[in-house]
Amino acid sequence: MSTELVIKDLHVSVEEQPIIKGLNLSVKQGEIHALMGPNGSGKSTLANALMGNPFYTIDSGEVTIGGVDILELEPNERAKLGLFLAFQYPTAIPGVSMANFLRMAVSAVRVENSNGSETTELLPMRQFRRELRAKMKQLGVDESFARRYLNDGFSGGEKKRAEVLQLAMLEPKIAILDETDSGLDIDAVRIVGESVNQLIGPNLGVLIITHYPRLLNYIRPQFIHILLDGKVVESGGWELAELLENKGYDPIREAHGLTETVVETEAEEPLASLRV
Amino acid sequence: MAELQKQQEAVDLGVSSEYKYGFHDDVKPVFKSRKGLDTEIINQICDVKGEPDWMRQYRLKAYEIFKQKPDLKWGGDLSGLDYDDIYYYVKASDRVERSWDEVPDDIKKTFDRLGIPEAERKFLAGVGAQYDSEVVYHNIEEELEKIGVIFVDTDTAIREYPDLVKEYFGTVIPSADNKLAALNSAVWSGGSFIYVPPGVKVDYPLQAYFRINSENMGQFERTLIIADEGAEVHYVEGCTAPTFSSESLHSAVVEIICKKGSRVRYTTIQNWANNVYNLVTKRSTAYEDAHMEWIDGNLGSKLTMKYPSIYMMEPGAHGEILSIAFATKGQHQDAGGKVIHCAPNTSSRITSKSISKDGGRSSYRGELKVLNGAKGCKSNVECDALILDEESRSDTYPVIQIDADDVNVGHEARVSKIGEEQLFYLMSRGLSEEEASTMIVNGFIEPLVKELPMEYAVEMNRLIQLQMEGSVG
Repeated sequence: MSTELVIKDLHVSVEEQPIIKGLNLSVKQGEIHALMGPNGSGKSTLANALMGNPFYTIDSGEVTIGGVDILELEPNERAKLGLFLAFQYPTAIPGVSMANFLRMAVSAVRVENSNGSETTELLPMRQFRRELRAKMKQLGVDESFARRYLNDGFSGGEKKRAEVLQLAMLEPKIAILDETDSGLDIDAVRIVGESVNQLIGPNLGVLIITHYPRLLNYIRPQFIHILLDGKVVESGGWELAELLENKGYDPIREAHGLTETVVETEAEEPLASLRV
Repeated sequence: MAELQKQQEAVDLGVSSEYKYGFHDDVKPVFKSRKGLDTEIINQICDVKGEPDWMRQYRLKAYEIFKQKPDLKWGGDLSGLDYDDIYYYVKASDRVERSWDEVPDDIKKTFDRLGIPEAERKFLAGVGAQYDSEVVYHNIEEELEKIGVIFVDTDTAIREYPDLVKEYFGTVIPSADNKLAALNSAVWSGGSFIYVPPGVKVDYPLQAYFRINSENMGQFERTLIIADEGAEVHYVEGCTAPTFSSESLHSAVVEIICKKGSRVRYTTIQNWANNVYNLVTKRSTAYEDAHMEWIDGNLGSKLTMKYPSIYMMEPGAHGEILSIAFATKGQHQDAGGKVIHCAPNTSSRITSKSISKDGGRSSYRGELKVLNGAKGCKSNVECDALILDEESRSDTYPVIQIDADDVNVGHEARVSKIGEEQLFYLMSRGLSEEEASTMIVNGFIEPLVKELPMEYAVEMNRLIQLQMEGSVG
């Protein structure tokens, strides 16, 4: 049975500032969705809130994976249910090798899934190494990656590839890619896009969150959603991406009576002062 | 399983400890001095040990110095330390019977989780097991003998190699160096004596626990290592298993002499019960082109004051000090390092990593001196502190004094906290909060842990894991 991520009327705020304002969206295993929106529309807020970043406050709404409400769960419990977030800005963990980290993470999401124990039983080294090597080869990632400290001193492109490698190893049911194309040159976008493509199949649902349609040239979504001012305002097929490519967000903004481009939280302050 | 026997050294003096993994046994000591210290007790120690007169005089003189020296007024809080309320010398009965079955389960579990080898854990638990270990030690002893290396406990060295001991004992750390060095000089017992002849390279670490029948876990150990010209040796002492001590004061002295072109590495990992004042003086001298390294890991204890030091005596000498300190509830780790460049063109590096958790306090205390005329010296000091919560504390007390020209000195200090972002990142990959913080801490000390012998590195990581348990949630 395929697992589904269901978001119903979700409201999220950051430091008391509402950012997501009643968002509805569903992603099934095997489906590829793109959520597109300009800066400040709430894209990263959504990604972080879904994964359980404590910095973001859920005001109301419901999010389920396979029918399980996840909003009260810790991030690691969400991961064990099969949710994955490829970070826009992955954090460096100095002194922790990619291989050690991945072995722990893979063991946590897999073994604990089956026995529900509190402490993680590590996957046998040999089995883990074999899998890691195979996945690195599949994604064209250099083997030296395994020995490097997690994201420490990685270039922008290396960080994103490391995220894709983690995605490949953790085998989630639903993966959110938060601006995976940001900060990359066109070649890097292609490499990352092609890597993700390798992983796509009936067991993986993907939600690509992006500003620009360029990553979508490599990972072709079946569903496209437009996020404006914290809400999904349009949903459709590839034609929406083409519309954005040609005309930008303005026609859609006008159609929904939203005037100025809302740029990040700073730009929202004038709105707040207007209310006063 | 047949009950094994062992010469027992650590004894129960009826002092209870709240230490989680601490344990003790009901050994009746053969000789125990009364509490406190005076010349009569020192004479008793000499009599029981059957020491030569020069050592008796040395001890008595040191005792006079100890009495005259004022109490330490710097470092940690020593107000809870009462010199009159301590047994300074205890000699245990020869053979004690105790079975592995009598060892409490939680201690077995701790050994298990630390991955301590079978032979070693039985020794640590006070069970016989010297059978296997004696064989191991015996083999090593034979091998060492062939290449002329002396590796015995210091009491044995006094008996068997009196001239060698007399020549070097107290030359690096004289009794008058500080109050605790004077105390150790007066009452010392046990410790290791190592002599490596010219050009001999010992290519495996010499470990203190091989000396299973000796008093290597005493309160006032005295260790002396001499690496002759071109010799190489790595000595490892202590272990990550929690060390129970019925007494509240541990005060060792370690002296190392690195002659021309020699290389010495001294690795310690200590994890004292949390009632212990661990006040240790460690110093080495490095002569022409010699290479000296201290690797020092401090966990546990109530207060640790320990600053391994290196005196660069001749050109070309190089010294490194790596220090890790982990302070949790009720603990103060006052650790660091000291390097004195007495000769030109010498180089050194001090790296310190400290972790404070649950209200623990760790301080880096360091001293770097370049004496007048010591041109062309290079030194770099790097201190990193990681603070795990709001109640914990970290301080840095560096002293740098440069009296020479053409010197290259760097000092860097950083304090960081475990970031919410790091935690969230690791947790999003399935790790619990505790697993995530443990991983971050292990990563933090990794640059030092990778310098440890393999089995110690593994134990160290597991120990950190134990220390981190129950710290969150």
